Parts: sequence; structure tokens; C-alpha cells
Amino acid sequence: MKVVIIDYGSGNLGSIKNMLRKIGVEGIISSSISDIEKAEKLILPGVGTFDHGMRNLGLLGLLPILENKVIQKKTPILGVCLGMQMFARKSQEGESRGLGWIDAEVVRFMFDDRERHLKIPHMGWNLIKIEKEDTLFREMYPKPRFYFVHSYHMVCRNESDILTKTFHGYEFASSLRKENIYGVQFHPEKSHKFGMKLLDNFVALC
Amino acid sequence: MLKIRVIPCLLLKGQGLVKTVRFKKPKYVGDPINAVKIFNDKEVDELVFLDIEATVDGRKPSFKLISEIASECFMPLSYGGGVRDLDDIKTIFNLGAEKVIINSYAIEKPDFVREASGRYGNQSIVVAVDVKRNPFGKHEIFSLGGRKKTKLNLVDHVKEMEKLGAGEIFLNSIDRDGTMEGYDIEIIKRVTKAVSIPVIACGGAGKITDFAEAVEKGRASAVAAGSMFVFHGKHRAVLITYPSVQELEEAFS
Repeated sequence: MKVVIIDYGSGNLGSIKNMLRKIGVEGIISSSISDIEKAEKLILPGVGTFDHGMRNLGLLGLLPILENKVIQKKTPILGVCLGMQMFARKSQEGESRGLGWIDAEVVRFMFDDRERHLKIPHMGWNLIKIEKEDTLFREMYPKPRFYFVHSYHMVCRNESDILTKTFHGYEFASSLRKENIYGVQFHPEKSHKFGMKLLDNFVALC
Repeated sequence: MLKIRVIPCLLLKGQGLVKTVRFKKPKYVGDPINAVKIFNDKEVDELVFLDIEATVDGRKPSFKLISEIASECFMPLSYGGGVRDLDDIKTIFNLGAEKVIINSYAIEKPDFVREASGRYGNQSIVVAVDVKRNPFGKHEIFSLGGRKKTKLNLVDHVKEMEKLGAGEIFLNSIDRDGTMEGYDIEIIKRVTKAVSIPVIACGGAGKITDFAEAVEKGRASAVAAGSMFVFHGKHRAVLITYPSVQELEEAFS
């Protein structure tokens, strides 16, 4: 299984590779078009800002190959955190257009007076509520919890794209899927057995 | 709902893990990689590693050791000790840690906090503050692992750090370190009142109810502990432990 972790100068690539290794998969960290071309699974990680991420994908010349692999060839891709947010059409965090693969916008957490005490970023361990059964969460351990660090979240136009929701002041989409496109707002690579199960499902079953 | 993070704070000295009392008398407690594996099994919320010699010895972080730790660490990992170079921070992130902790250098060159958070995002930059009460009860900030007294005012310093872009404050009480007598709630309260970023309380935890006290009375966002997770019984035998999810849920309910 050739799993490529896309390196676009943003984020914590080492920890995804570490966890893949733990489940017996040698992930390839790469920004090379030929590696991406040959990939059977793609992971788009990401920490940082929306514009910075989109700009780097563009500067590395990766937009056409990603479009080709994901939209034409239907290669499964997992977006993590900012990686998922870039699947949206646009973000309040910046001016750049997103990849537009998911009919969604990325917005900043906004709380009314009662929830003013809640911190942004939403950082720490939180629960997920399954909205829709999916392979990504198959045989997930009971009471799944995941590690989150983010100030912005996805708002999906189509509720049917949403796999799980999480509560921070209000419910937001914490994972989604549209055909071969998977996204998680949390960090599976830092979420113990829960994240390991999810990555294992993505690599082996999706 | 976010869980309250309960964080083992582990001290590195050379290649080994030690635990101090009031920042002194480091006692060897084992191998860091082995400790990480046990904390993995116990599904801890997060781990903090502090190299207590790097800054004092004037050397860079031990990247090889960080790499070994991070490759076994399937939970969030913060590293502190000798962090005084923007490119070193990037190296540490690439090895698999998500936060760095800056202490002495934030005092020496506060602007470094602004540069680091500007480049890598506030969420990845933690500023640690070591506080000690003087004989008159005044809170004094120390740098260089408790060796050097500064003239900084506690409230002014943490506000300044927040303004410069620190994502969190890691607040350590030198007087309570290793004593397991409970947190210094008053110091925690002063800091949480001054800033709106999360404050991680450290120093003095000896039992689960201490965590709840730091959160409820001190308004800490997260709690850290050392001795409580590495020692067992009154003779302080080395034993790595961590409360179960159920125990923590009850403590914070």
C-alpha cells in the first residue's frame, strides 16, 4: 500500500508517519508529483493558516495533480485539520479560494454571551457523536475521543456529508466524507488507539 | 465538552528521566522511552518533557532524544529546554512534537515569543513561568531552572507573554515542586485572572482532588504533575501511574 503524506511545508508530518508505522504502513512524506501520481492513498495534513496552505499547494505545482488524483481518479484522500478545511470553497481565515471539493465554508468559532468563557482555539480532547455510519469509524472503540487544536471549523451545505459532530459551545462538523474525500478536524495521529483505529480504517478499508 | 487536560510533566537530565524536589535533588526515575510507552498504554491526555540542563549547559535541545520520544508518542507532546532558535523549533515540530515551551529565553528576549508564535502559530508556543514565594510572600519569577532570580512582576510578565503571542502559560511553583502538598492556588488564581489564554498549573499535585481544586478554585485550564505519576507510596518507589478515564471524570464532575 503506497500512502503519501503530502508535504507542502505546513504541519506535523512526522507524527502521522510515526502512527502509520505503528500500524505497519510506511508512509511517504513527499511533495513530488510522481510520488503523488503513484499513491494509492493520500493524506493532506496541515497546521497553519488557510491562505498559507493554499498558496504553498499552488507554489509547489500540486493543484493539477491533486485535482486529477482526487476528482478524476477517485483516489481516497484524508484531510487532517487545515488539510480538511482546504477541501472547502473558502474560509473566513483568508482570501484564497479553497479546493472546492466539499460544498462548505470555513468559519471562526463564534460564541454568544453565555459561552464567552470558552477558549479559542478549541484545544484538547473532545468527544465525537456519530451522525452517519461510515467505514472510517468502523469498529471504533467505545466513547471515542480525539485531540483537537483549531480556531476555525467547517460548515457544510449538505448535512449528508457530515460523519460526526462535536460540541464546543455548539455542535460543529468534526469529520466528513464525500465519496473518496474524507476529512477530520481532529488529529488522529495524536489520539491514541482511537486515532490509530481511524487511520487503520482509512488505509485498509477506504 | 472539552475534557480538562491532565498532563504528566517529565524531566530530562542527560538521557534519563529525573524528578526534583523544589527544583533540586534530581532523582533518577527511569528511561524516558519506556515511560512514554507506559503513558501510551494509559492513554494520557498529553505529555510535557522538560530538559532541565539544556539552557544551563548552554546547549541545544537533544534532537535525537526528542525524536525517539516523539516516535513513540501517540498523544500531544510538548518539549521545553534550550529552545532559543526559530529553526530549532521547526526541527522539533518535524520530529513530531506539537508545542515548544520557552522559559528563560522568553525572559532574556521576549520578542522571541512574538517571532515564534508569528511563524508557527500561537497554539504551538507555550511560555513556562517558574514562580517562588520570597520570605515576605511575594511571588518572584526565576529563570535558568530556578537558579536566577528576576525582577519581573508575575502579572505583568504573563500579560506581556500573552500579548506577544504565547498560546498557553505553563505555570510552575518552585516551592511546591515534588512536595505533593497540593497546588499553590493563589498563584494560579493571580495568573488566570490576568490572562485569557489557557493556564496549565504545575507543582505540588499529590492526589486527584488537587487537580479539581486547581481547576475550580484556581481556574486553570489544564493541570500537570510529576511526582504523582512517577512515585508510589510514602517511600517514593518509582512506579508510573495515571488515573483512569472514570476516575478523572468523577474528579472533575
